[in-house]
Amino acid sequence: MTGDGRHIRLLIGLGAAVLLLLGNIFTLQIIKDSYKEDADRNSTVRETIYPIRGTIYDRNGKVLVGNKISYDIIVMPREVREFDTLALATVLNVTPEFIRNKLEEYRRRRSSIGSQGVTMMRMVPAEVYMRFDEVKYRFPGFRGQVRGMREYPVNAGGNLLGYVSEVNQAYIDKHPGEYRSGDYAGMTGIEAAREKDLRGEKGYHIYLRNSRNQIEQPYKDGAEDKEAVPGRDIVTTIDADLQQYGQELMQNKVGSVVAIEPSTGEILALVSSPGIDVEQLADIGKHYTEIAQNPYKPMYNRAVQASYPPGSVFKLVNGLIGLQEGVLRPEMYYPCSQGYHFGAGHKLGCHAHRSPINMEESIMMSCNAYYCYVLKNIIDNRKYENVADGLDAWHEYVQSFGFGRKLGSDFPAELSGSIPSSKTYNRAYGRGRWNSTTVISLSIGQGEILATPLHLANLCATIANRGYYYIPHIVKASEGVEIEPRFYEKQYTMVDTLQFPKIIHGMWLAVNAPAGAGGTARVAHVESLDICGKTGTAQNPRGADNSVFICFAPQDNPKIAIAAYVENGGFGAQYAAPIASLMVEKYLTGDVTRQGLEDRMKEADLMSRVKRD
Amino acid sequence: MDWAIIGVYLVLVLIGWISIYAATHTSEPGSLISWGSRAGKQFVWILTSIGLAGIILYIIPPRLFEIGSLPFYLFVLGLLVLVIFVSSDVKGSHSWFNLGPIRFQPAEISKISTSLLLSYVMSQQGFKITRLKDFLLAVAIIGVPMLVIIAESETGSALVYVGFIFVLYREGLSGWWLGVIGLIILLFVGTLTWGAFWSILVMTALLVLCNIVVGNNPERLLRLILGSAFVVLMAHVPALMDWLHSLVQARLDWMSTRVWVPAVDEDYHYFWSFVLKIQPIHILLFFSALAFPVLLYRALVGKKRFLLITLGVYLAGVIMVFSTDYIFQNVLQPHQRGRIEVLLGLREDPAGLGYNVTQSKIAIGSGGLFGKGFLHGTQTTFGFVPEQATDFIFCTIGEEWGFAGCLVVILLYTFLIARLIIDAERCRGKFTRIYGYCVASCIFMQLFINVGMTIGLMPVIGIPLPLLSYGGSSLWAFTILIFIFLALYRDEKKYF
Repeated sequence: MTGDGRHIRLLIGLGAAVLLLLGNIFTLQIIKDSYKEDADRNSTVRETIYPIRGTIYDRNGKVLVGNKISYDIIVMPREVREFDTLALATVLNVTPEFIRNKLEEYRRRRSSIGSQGVTMMRMVPAEVYMRFDEVKYRFPGFRGQVRGMREYPVNAGGNLLGYVSEVNQAYIDKHPGEYRSGDYAGMTGIEAAREKDLRGEKGYHIYLRNSRNQIEQPYKDGAEDKEAVPGRDIVTTIDADLQQYGQELMQNKVGSVVAIEPSTGEILALVSSPGIDVEQLADIGKHYTEIAQNPYKPMYNRAVQASYPPGSVFKLVNGLIGLQEGVLRPEMYYPCSQGYHFGAGHKLGCHAHRSPINMEESIMMSCNAYYCYVLKNIIDNRKYENVADGLDAWHEYVQSFGFGRKLGSDFPAELSGSIPSSKTYNRAYGRGRWNSTTVISLSIGQGEILATPLHLANLCATIANRGYYYIPHIVKASEGVEIEPRFYEKQYTMVDTLQFPKIIHGMWLAVNAPAGAGGTARVAHVESLDICGKTGTAQNPRGADNSVFICFAPQDNPKIAIAAYVENGGFGAQYAAPIASLMVEKYLTGDVTRQGLEDRMKEADLMSRVKRD
Repeated sequence: MDWAIIGVYLVLVLIGWISIYAATHTSEPGSLISWGSRAGKQFVWILTSIGLAGIILYIIPPRLFEIGSLPFYLFVLGLLVLVIFVSSDVKGSHSWFNLGPIRFQPAEISKISTSLLLSYVMSQQGFKITRLKDFLLAVAIIGVPMLVIIAESETGSALVYVGFIFVLYREGLSGWWLGVIGLIILLFVGTLTWGAFWSILVMTALLVLCNIVVGNNPERLLRLILGSAFVVLMAHVPALMDWLHSLVQARLDWMSTRVWVPAVDEDYHYFWSFVLKIQPIHILLFFSALAFPVLLYRALVGKKRFLLITLGVYLAGVIMVFSTDYIFQNVLQPHQRGRIEVLLGLREDPAGLGYNVTQSKIAIGSGGLFGKGFLHGTQTTFGFVPEQATDFIFCTIGEEWGFAGCLVVILLYTFLIARLIIDAERCRGKFTRIYGYCVASCIFMQLFINVGMTIGLMPVIGIPLPLLSYGGSSLWAFTILIFIFLALYRDEKKYF
């Protein structure tokens, strides 16, 4: 009986089943590679050696950010035996509940933790760790791991320096292959800008282990181990003393001060107030909620992110454009009767001063009407077909000063502000349904113009340089650290160099004109420093006007250009001008003669004026 | 005497012995032959097995196997029941007799007794498997020990008995049974392990394939191409949907961070939230529902009986998949669900879901083409793979000897099984032939389940690899199974 060939079918079935098995084994062993890596990871354990993060220096070699030793407390839940929770809590300076909660959490996550170690506490100071170290034999499964912790000898402000914290999953995903959970990275400020230099390279010891995570021996006697490479040190362009002085002057005020060395574009100081105190910076995780919930938003770096109307300091830009376009000559006189009148009963107001005045006087006294004429002449110029073309020409000029776009500094999170063009108004009013009077507030730096304090400081440096600027930057080239070549390139504006002295003289008069002449910034005057400045008072829809001031000094070969912006500070001369002037004096002479003014500025508290969210 | 089978038997047993040593040499110091280590114990089991083989071949008269099959069957059945009451609990199962230093599992011997009785009954004059009474008798012989073993919580061992269906098939059972039982197992296990989508997709593929193979249609090739294209396309739907869903989710997340524009955003949000709700199974069912009436119409009009039947089976299958899913998720109590999940290896181990299989796959996968060399495996020797000397012995081979080693071992088994079938086919006596098939089926089932388990093809079912795994019961049982056949086969030759 042959069973009608059924044994053949069964044999074929056997063959098919065997092929199925072999095919799967082949895929597993030959085609897929991932299992080999898994096997290595399975049987070896890498103990990470964390590198020391690079030190951050100021321009004179002072340490802005250094390191001190701290420890992480690691738990291997599987190794934990019964222990005295209270004793451990006392040693580690935490509550017993904290430890109980952590252990309960690890118990819940036990399948994903397996026999790995997890970090229970971070940044434990050395004193605490020493206490733990003496008694740790009583707590099997707990051990310490050395980690560097940031230390801040100078109060240079948290927004400038930035903070370091443990990377989260989103950060790891954004930098594939660079970070693993448990690593630290600079999140803001200089720490973030130069993360790649500062972080160094991790090293590791490799041990063989069995499945119970018991270490059996060093793998290949340590031949494959790798030492950690410390992070590179960074020299910044910041002047620590100036920065700290700026912080002190700006305390209890909302706003920002940015100082630049015009001849290099190096940022000397970058103050954003209120800021994060460096005391909180080292262990930001602990204070994060508190900082994030502060209504004055200390995390918000106003120096590069806040978009403010520049106010009257913008008249300088309009003046320069007028000169370059030939529609303004220094000897032109325009009337001002408490403002500029246009249309049927409309007026753009101005303060009381003599009339008519010429260009220098218009800068000195900050006349609004004068610049209404200037702007009107620029954009209603016959050489342009219509007002839209005129405005776009103006727009192009303004952009050449760096406004309305990111300047491209090496500081992270810089914002672009905004400068309107014909498109802006076509969208708002419709094509051909607006004219130069519609946009007249642009003349005095109001309306649709927004700029950051960094933009204003850069404008000031551009004027100080008579027509060009270097892209502002925060890091100096030093051994092993290069900066991009673009930071060495002059960025010219569309206004010729020879137009600048005319404007600069007006700025000099604003500060240095004799009393009674009407100079708006006489408060900034310092004997023999030759400060040139321009005040601004920008409308703030949320309360009192913002106080704005830009200045540079000395007039020839300027060493410092500075912009101060104080929210709700009133007239430019009230807060911004004294603060900027004091900082210039401090930087150029190393000392401050006007003790009374300094005290008044330090003590002034404007926080109650500031509307909170 | 078939010396080839004896040769393969000895080679496999030796490979097993060496692999047990490799798997345990770090945790259990001791040589290959000292009683202190598992390898040493296995050496003793091997020697006694050879002794047993000698007794079976040269001392016991072959007729005895036939005559004694019924008493033996009943005796073993008694043991199977007895063990439930007297055994100690080993990992939740009550299947081990503890006799001093020796433990043994009657379930292993039951394979022998069942094979013998099944062969005896089916070889009787006038037995016809197609007759209902005879069919039920055969099913009872197989089913009773199977049920008792399930009661011992050794469901894995019970699964081996399903293999006897091949024997029944060889003796005239309709091929449909094979298909239907296969399909039911596939769908049940498939639905719970891989989910409804894959189960239905596999069934769709089978439907398409069967109708192409069976029908003698001139457009066969075209249909084959179109059919496989459809299946391949569908197989990519889950990954595609995942990708699409992540895009949509990102978009919705982004929307939630910006200012809400009611008129536009609500429609938009509604639409994309709806897209998020679409699962791969919906797409597959959509196409199935489109094609089904068309095929049904063609089957009815064209009087295509096979197509009609397969369509019916398909429909029944889909219903079964969903009811399995539904009952499992909604009707069963959590603890009942847990038990089934453990049975299927979905939730076996304390270290987390799928720990065993993952470790086992890592071990085998890291072997590569030629392996890491004898005693150089890191996964198996450092104890990552559980049960490495018993159920997961194949991992050691995979890791230390690579694909080459796996190929050799599996080909040895294939040769053994094929040789048993061919020898059985040559026999005149029905008893020997049927018994030969029983042996082949048992070895095949355990090989397939065990190896399939180590490479993640099958759920984790704790049964040993025949002849290779550590353990006396299993080695003895397979030795006896094989050598009874050899004894019968040698006896058979006397007719010539």
